[in-house]
Amino acid sequence: MSIDLPLIWAGLIAFAVLAYVVLDGFDLGIGILFPFLDSKADRDLAMNSVAPVWDGNETWLVLGGGGLMAVFPLAYATLLPALYAPIIAMLLGLIFRGVSFEFRGKTERGRWLWDVGFAGGSMVAALAQGITLGALVQGIEVDNRAYAGGWWDWLTPFTLLTGLSVLVGYALLGATWLFMKTENGLARQARAAAWLTGGALLVLMGAVTLSSAFLFPHYVERWFSWPALLFTLFMPVLLLACIAVFVRGLVRGHDSHPFLATIGLFVLGFLGIAISFYPWMVPPHVTIEQAAAPDSSLAFLLVGALILIPLILAYTGYAYWVFRGKVDPDEGYH
Amino acid sequence: MIDLFSAIELARFQFAFTVSAHIIFPAFSIGLASYLAVLEALWLWKKDDAYFQVFEYWKTIFAIVFGMGVVSGIVMSYQFGTNWSVFSDKTGPILGPLMGYEVLSAFFLEAGFLGVMLFGLNRVGPRLHFFATLMVAAGTLMSAFWILSVNSWMHTPVGYGVNEAGQFVPRDWWAIIFNPSFPYRLVHMVLAAYLTTAFVVGGVGAWHLLRDTRDRGARIMFSMAMWMALLVAPLQIVAGDLHGLNTLEHQPAKVAAMEGHYETREGAPLYLFGLPDDEAEKTRYGVKIPKLGSMILTHEWDGKIKGLKAFPEDERPPSALIFWTFRIMVAIGLAMVALGLWSAWSRWRGRLYDSPWLLRAAALMTPSGFAAVLAGWITTEVGRQPWTVYGLLRTSESASPLDAPAVGISLLVFIGVYFLVFGSGTFYILRLMLKPPQAGRTEIGWPTRTAGITPGPAVGRRESEGDRHEH
Ligand code: HDD
Ligand code: HEM
Ligand code: HEM
Repeated sequence: MSIDLPLIWAGLIAFAVLAYVVLDGFDLGIGILFPFLDSKADRDLAMNSVAPVWDGNETWLVLGGGGLMAVFPLAYATLLPALYAPIIAMLLGLIFRGVSFEFRGKTERGRWLWDVGFAGGSMVAALAQGITLGALVQGIEVDNRAYAGGWWDWLTPFTLLTGLSVLVGYALLGATWLFMKTENGLARQARAAAWLTGGALLVLMGAVTLSSAFLFPHYVERWFSWPALLFTLFMPVLLLACIAVFVRGLVRGHDSHPFLATIGLFVLGFLGIAISFYPWMVPPHVTIEQAAAPDSSLAFLLVGALILIPLILAYTGYAYWVFRGKVDPDEGYH
Repeated sequence: MIDLFSAIELARFQFAFTVSAHIIFPAFSIGLASYLAVLEALWLWKKDDAYFQVFEYWKTIFAIVFGMGVVSGIVMSYQFGTNWSVFSDKTGPILGPLMGYEVLSAFFLEAGFLGVMLFGLNRVGPRLHFFATLMVAAGTLMSAFWILSVNSWMHTPVGYGVNEAGQFVPRDWWAIIFNPSFPYRLVHMVLAAYLTTAFVVGGVGAWHLLRDTRDRGARIMFSMAMWMALLVAPLQIVAGDLHGLNTLEHQPAKVAAMEGHYETREGAPLYLFGLPDDEAEKTRYGVKIPKLGSMILTHEWDGKIKGLKAFPEDERPPSALIFWTFRIMVAIGLAMVALGLWSAWSRWRGRLYDSPWLLRAAALMTPSGFAAVLAGWITTEVGRQPWTVYGLLRTSESASPLDAPAVGISLLVFIGVYFLVFGSGTFYILRLMLKPPQAGRTEIGWPTRTAGITPGPAVGRRESEGDRHEH
């Protein structure tokens, strides 16, 4: 048998992470934009637009984490201690924002607390995820199957830059989602936010790309090696296409186009990172092969994944379909 | 202050604290999800709106409980890596795929249909909505299946080999999933979740009946809950007994600690109370019934029971906590059976809804299930010490290479945040429970919008506080 199970799993985990980033990205983005919306009615509506789906979105994070333990236990066991502080911060942020959906409507006097919790929790979680990404890109010290670096290795100017980029990127996803799902005043605010965060994100993505090129020259080698070169060459064209769709959509009011274009941007960025990483799982010491669990574990879970992931996509799609269209200000129970 | 504890002690405490907080929510939501499915089925079948009202009443509470379960659960799935990285690396190839199946078959199912269940009735109609409710209930049960398989494997590991890197690797998946203690633990835990829910529902029903015996919703709740208490509580004792016998076979040291036995003996007594003292290796101030211990554990009056002294000192669990939590659980189990019988007697005399002392007792027992669940888990988990994987991997060799301050600080933050967040959630739930279920006597067949639509003519509004239906 010559099926490369670790590689398949690396692909599946990458898919789960990408699904997470895009899906939870937009509902975290709602939280990030939350304090900047005009009125309480707008905030209620923005929150209601994601209330039926946020839990499903967040489950991709559990799949990413749990899946990592299952198929790349060594990566799981070295990454999480290395990123102890940002991971704990992310978990705490997710707690606050997750419960806010329910708690906000249950109290008049305490609502401000859950407004702050929703916005603050979303921002902390986004920032922590961006820092995690940056820390991975800059590399994790591993020795003898354990994390071997210091406790503050994850905190550098570069990781702060990636943290900010992810924060802004999620805000953009949130803004374009709102632009698609709402009307009138809220849609106008969403459009303004989309212009702002869209512009900022492009600048930040450029800065991240350039600084990783300078800081970590080995990545540049990868970008210009065959067949990654193919992607590197097409990347600018695809990027421009996304930007064009984004701008046209915002200007002409094609309500779903900016959102889809933003997803496109995220996919491109993600592919770029995936190419840089390959064949590492935890750069620069642990490869996909080394981190992988034995084939018997990989095969066992793969059977289930191949059956269940299409099912999951189907009923998740169905749930989105049920709640399609603009959110109705009279619906939902807040 | 943090220096008082080693990193490993702090990590253990952190895990115990976060998982104990987590288990409270699933214990309730597993039961509540099934209860909601039953209520909706009854509504659709009998076309009686009272069931729908009870359904809506508990649905609102379910949403909060479930939300708290999800966020505390996400913490758990990352705790293995942050605090127990060596354990994760070694057991990942076996436990990881089981948890992977939990995510794929349970968490997505719950989360995918939860939105439809909470917000979608108008959009999909009652039948599809019922299907969504069923899927949520199925998801919670599936989740219990997989996570308890994981936990049970840690207690009774089988079907594995060990590779050069020191990892446990799977040899026989079937044996791993259905490991020897799993069937017992699964049955006992699912029954526990059902009982926990039944006592909450019954307690809330009783509370409102004490105020208004004609409250239809409260009657439905109380009656259904008391049937559960009558039928399931005795089953739970049988399941618990079988679980204990299984433990005696695989983890005799744990049973010795539960029973407070230090000496190996034939015809061992049953301690009702006592203070096990690990230093002195004896149970002080014991109140005991001769020979009953042997009878319960071996089902023979003169059966032989091993005491803790029969095990090397570094392989004994700490006895006192196990001894006491076990007694708390069993006492609650017996009290549940008693309440079930009492309710049956009142029901038979046709006085189920107006026996004040029965109602008071039921209201008092509202939180009993949670206490029993926590006590049971502490017995189980502390009884596994000093191992994480029983007999194979020591707790002291499982932890991440972390410094005590890092674990200590995160522990303090977790405690603060959990008390604030889950404390508030509990408060909101209690407030919802204080509202009588009769609120909102709608006449329409398929109630649509949930709340907050234009207030109707002022006449109808004084009837009751939560009376907001469409006009
Ligand atoms: C409503 C909850 C509830 C009630 C009334 C009982 N239990 Fe229980 N018990 C649990 C909830 C629970 C639990 C939380 O579900 C545990 C923890 C781990 C497990 O599998 O089940 C548990 C564990 C547990 C164990 C430890 C098994 C092990 O770790 O090896 C034993 C021996 C019993 N139970 C026995 C009993 C007996 C004899 C009971 C009756 C009087 C009883 N339980 C009532
Ligand atoms: C079913 C899934 C569970 C798994 C996989 C699991 C696993 C673990 C692990 C890895 C530890 C840390 C190592 C140790 O100190 O033993 C632990 C400890 C502990 N767990 Fe569990 N646990 C589970 C459920 C629970 C639940 C629901 C409770 C609820 C009360 C619980 C209570 C504890 C306690 C009290 C400890 C600390 C024991 C001690 O250190 O003396 N566990 N468990
Ligand atoms: C250490 C052990 C445990 C881990 C790592 C864990 C992990 C998780 C995670 C990640 C979630 C959130 C799922 C989502 O995003 O929807 C969750 C929720 C849930 N867990 Fe746990 N869990 C553990 C112990 C348990 C135990 C012992 C049970 C029951 C026997 C249980 C039953 C559930 C259920 C039913 C849910 C759905 C949410 C809810 O009902 O509140 N879990 N768990």
